[in-house]
Amino acid sequence: MPVEVLLVEGSPGDVRLTQEAFRDADRSVRLHVATDGVEAMAFLRHQVPYVDAPRPDIILLELNLPRMDGREVLAHIKADASLKTIPTVILTTSDAEADIVRSYQLQANCYLKKPVQLDALEALVKSINHFWLTKAKLPHQEQC
Amino acid sequence: MAAAMHREVLLVEDSPGDVRLTQEAFRDANVSVHLHVAVDGVEAMAFLGRAAPHAHAPRPDLILLDLNLPRMDGRELLAYIKADDDLKTIPTVIFTTSDAEADIVQSYRLQANCYLSKPVQLDEFESLVRSINDFWLTKVRLPHQGQS
Repeated sequence: MPVEVLLVEGSPGDVRLTQEAFRDADRSVRLHVATDGVEAMAFLRHQVPYVDAPRPDIILLELNLPRMDGREVLAHIKADASLKTIPTVILTTSDAEADIVRSYQLQANCYLKKPVQLDALEALVKSINHFWLTKAKLPHQEQC
Repeated sequence: MAAAMHREVLLVEDSPGDVRLTQEAFRDANVSVHLHVAVDGVEAMAFLGRAAPHAHAPRPDLILLDLNLPRMDGRELLAYIKADDDLKTIPTVIFTTSDAEADIVQSYRLQANCYLSKPVQLDEFESLVRSINDFWLTKVRLPHQGQS
């Protein structure tokens, strides 16, 4: 069964790198991309043009996004009775302590700082794949 | 590097065998981990609230929580942690023998940070503890707020 991953990321370069790293790590991952928070919420709520979007098994969320930022997206997800069970991993360029604490307060499942080095980002995506998609048990109920 | 930094881990686990295995696996994986053990939910609450005899307990960087515990079970403790403004930022990983879908969903609903099912095989158990160490204690950014 494919694993559905929603990547919410505004930088085309980081999208590309993340896609490549997942493709190398695990062929069963289907990576969906939303480039800002408004698009991410439309995807999660199956709004046009995402009426047939699958429920993600996991969300990778950048904090700094155009239109609606990642903090707001995270707050929406964790305040929604149906969406809150989807593990939401912050994957961001920020390593400000205030962002780390605030994300955990908003019930992010974990917080990862995006490395600047290309090979380090690939390694981190592989770690996410290894830990979250092979070790962790993800909830499969409440499919919409 | 994170490996040189002391990490305080609170293991809430009543099975002496699993406590021993977890201690040994962490010792092999990362010597800078301080593993504290609470054998039930009431003791874990005392540790987190620094009530006697845990008045000098450190704030854990990470909590590993079994669901099935005597006195106060893991679900109740998880709900307590995630309803507390100060404690809720501590990543709390469910580490349990249960792999019932109902437990998985309920734990994420109660805002567990992650759910892991304890393997029965010894080598898989050790490998999972190593993965917890590699991911949560070296890759993940943990909040350092609320230290005292």
